[in-house]
Amino acid sequence: MDDRRLENIIGQLLRSGVLLSAGIVTLGGILYLARFHAAPASFRSFAAGGADIRTVQGILRSAAQFRAEGLMQVGLVLLILTPVARVVLAVVGFALERDRLYTVVSLLVLAILAFSLLHAR
Amino acid sequence: MTALEFAVVVWGLSALAGFLGALTGLGGGVVVVPALTLALGVDIKYAIGASLVSVIATSSGAAAAYVREGFSNIRIGMFLEIATTVGAIVGAYLAGHVSTHALAIVFGLVLVHAAYSSLAKGEDGAHIVQSDTLGKKLRLGSDYPVDGRREEYGVRNVGTGFGLMFGAGALSGLLGIGSGAVKVIAMDRAMEIPFKVSTTTSNFMIGVTAAASAGVYLSRGYIDPRVAMPVMLGVLLGALLGTKVLVRAQVKTLRLVFGVVIFALAVEMIVNGILGKV
Repeated sequence: MDDRRLENIIGQLLRSGVLLSAGIVTLGGILYLARFHAAPASFRSFAAGGADIRTVQGILRSAAQFRAEGLMQVGLVLLILTPVARVVLAVVGFALERDRLYTVVSLLVLAILAFSLLHAR
Repeated sequence: MTALEFAVVVWGLSALAGFLGALTGLGGGVVVVPALTLALGVDIKYAIGASLVSVIATSSGAAAAYVREGFSNIRIGMFLEIATTVGAIVGAYLAGHVSTHALAIVFGLVLVHAAYSSLAKGEDGAHIVQSDTLGKKLRLGSDYPVDGRREEYGVRNVGTGFGLMFGAGALSGLLGIGSGAVKVIAMDRAMEIPFKVSTTTSNFMIGVTAAASAGVYLSRGYIDPRVAMPVMLGVLLGALLGTKVLVRAQVKTLRLVFGVVIFALAVEMIVNGILGKV
């Protein structure tokens, strides 16, 4: 495994992750617009949505019931995870290259990322 | 405005955001936030959530092409990402204790200067091929495609760059926007990395930095799919078009676009600072 191959694999993974999430969001978007296209859209004042768009469990439950908002949100969460996957893949790739320095560097980034994601309030 | 009209307008504006974001390494937030808040009267909280989605969509949408073509430097990106993510956490903690109005105005003025020098600079000169001691130790130097050949470059002033990246992260934690600008400037100016490598590596990094704060935004309900759906789909399309253009574009043109977008960001920052909206 050299840098070029690692770059190719990371590029491929990003592409599939992005395409998958875009596909799911498109599906949800079509369902949403098919039903609400003529409804007035106003986002002037903020009102936090329910658990079905704010927690992972709620989002998955809503998507499993094939609800438009749940599907769109699953796709969006998948998209948000693609950069995390990028870092994970870099860890694996550098480890396979036996590049100790950059395996540690990427692990550190992953640890910081995990810290800030888990301390989300 | 009906839901369909809203989705179509947001989709179109987001495509522009993704295009400019992918070309400049700045992400789509520079365009998405004012487009949603000023033009469409969307509450800033929804806009911030949508902006985060747009940054990640630009980053991941464009990174696939940039990494594959060998523009982004993953070692530089990963190494500097340590500073940015720690900076972002520190910035988020400081958020309650620092006057962000004054900070936004100062940052805006810094960006005006950066815009001016980007417009004045033009074409990249000959690259520095030799890295300095730390750059060599960290094996940051690499090569990238120029007119069908691969051209080597070295990396310098790693310490300064690392420090600036910490600042970039802290700013994004404090102000919620603008980390891409400092990233590109730090790599281009301080570390003397070729412009296309700087913008595409920034593009690789901004998604990771943004993902770090995504959990907070999601659980607070800032990411609403009714707003974020057209943003994401528009930005992705724009970003893909942007990558096609960047690969062939003259550095001079890219610097021009970068300068104009940075200038717009500067005005946005200063106005928000004065109006106390940051």
